[in-house]
Amino acid sequence: MAGFDIRQIDRRVIFTLIFVVVAWPLIAPMRLPMDVTAPVQQLYDTVEAIPEGSVVMLAGDYSPDTMPELQPMVRAFVRHAFRRNLRIVTTSLWADSPPLIEAAMTPLAEEYGKAYGTDFVNLGYMAGGTVTLLGMGASIPNTFPQDYYQTPVGEIPLMREVTNFDDVALVMNISSGTPGTREWVQQVQSRYRVPLASGTTAVAAPPFYPYVQSGQLVGLMGGLKGAAEYEMLVEAPGDAVRGMDAQSIVHALIVFFILLGNVVYLAERRSKAARADATA
Amino acid sequence: MRREIPLAITFLVGMFMLVDFFVPHHAVAAVGEELKQWGTIVIAASILLGIGNLIRVHSRKIARRQTGWGFSLVCLGVMGVMLWLGLWPGEKLGPNPLVGSIAQGTYFNWMYLNMDVPLQGTMFSLLAFFIASAAYRAFRLRSPEASLLLIAAIVVMLGRVPLGQLLTRGLPEKATLPWITETIMTYPNMAAFRGILIGAALGVMATGLRIILGIERSYLGGEK
Repeated sequence: MAGFDIRQIDRRVIFTLIFVVVAWPLIAPMRLPMDVTAPVQQLYDTVEAIPEGSVVMLAGDYSPDTMPELQPMVRAFVRHAFRRNLRIVTTSLWADSPPLIEAAMTPLAEEYGKAYGTDFVNLGYMAGGTVTLLGMGASIPNTFPQDYYQTPVGEIPLMREVTNFDDVALVMNISSGTPGTREWVQQVQSRYRVPLASGTTAVAAPPFYPYVQSGQLVGLMGGLKGAAEYEMLVEAPGDAVRGMDAQSIVHALIVFFILLGNVVYLAERRSKAARADATA
Repeated sequence: MRREIPLAITFLVGMFMLVDFFVPHHAVAAVGEELKQWGTIVIAASILLGIGNLIRVHSRKIARRQTGWGFSLVCLGVMGVMLWLGLWPGEKLGPNPLVGSIAQGTYFNWMYLNMDVPLQGTMFSLLAFFIASAAYRAFRLRSPEASLLLIAAIVVMLGRVPLGQLLTRGLPEKATLPWITETIMTYPNMAAFRGILIGAALGVMATGLRIILGIERSYLGGEK
């Protein structure tokens, strides 16, 4: 009878294990301990320091594929802003984003008793990428003449107080690609000096650390962990905190696979070397 | 003239936008703002070109019954349905119509949130399965550089999740996985990315100048 060859593990076994370790902590949460990292704490402290009634901009540049990581960030940030009575203007350089932002904001607006048009506005999507960002620097109403619901911005009370980035206390960019945080830093923060923070997928976060150190980003949420930390800071644990248990176990499983693969590889290499010595 | 006129427009507009960046005069700013709005319009028009191209490519595939022509049919059909739901003059149907709008509660919004969102989410989530399989088969200690990468990857993967904190709880702070991860992200990672960013920025500046001065002409097309 042929022995079990670990090199030939069927990928369906690996896939099943991944499925199980993702599903299990979601069904039975383990509530693993979690600390808050400095870039997320900086973002929270920045929002806390903004005077009540100020306008913050939520720039959503993401698509549904990254929703599990980014949507909790949107919800936690909006909750924090509403709780502090900040008013929110949302924009998007990605056509996919406005309905996602709307889906996140509407229940929170109801929860905090915020009214559309005076407490928050969804300006929707505008094509153009960096050109749109530069246009907003000159005039936000000219760049977004209508909101997401095709209402002229002149008829929206909140928008009468917002001309350009001088009227915005903070831009929070939720980004999963290009155009996104990099373009906001290069075209908006560096030129108009508006405080800018970013929330990105875990895989996109590493290139933005230099911007945090240089002060061009006043805070950074990286991936589901960043979102979970922010949820903890605003004392509203949600999808991100729940997802961290699953992510922990999946990471551990992948590390196990990497180590197992290397043990097999090294054993194979040693046996090949031994065979080569024997034949020599 | 087919090449000279676009080159002249590129030069004039490019130089003007440079001047606009450095000269804070209202007359310059007004023209600059106008040009930026033209830019937005041109880019928006390119979306229409994209739609036209999509229809052309898939229609041809369907007409010739090429492999996978059924998928092309679905693609065009769904695009047509979404366009109809979003653009139909629904206001003729009464207040708060379910078509002709993309707001919450409309058919367009329902299809987006209940079909497009789960489909995209499903495609992206497949990555977790492939990464696990690929990690087992491909992440090997083949060289000292690969070993360094592998060790850093394992530390960061565990240090970025609560499990890493749990595994090293009780150790001195500087021996914990979250602290080591943050150090890797803040120093080696940042140093590498800063170098990449500066290099890329210099490259973008050089390319921009080449385009403005007409040295780089490949964007005009047709050059052999």
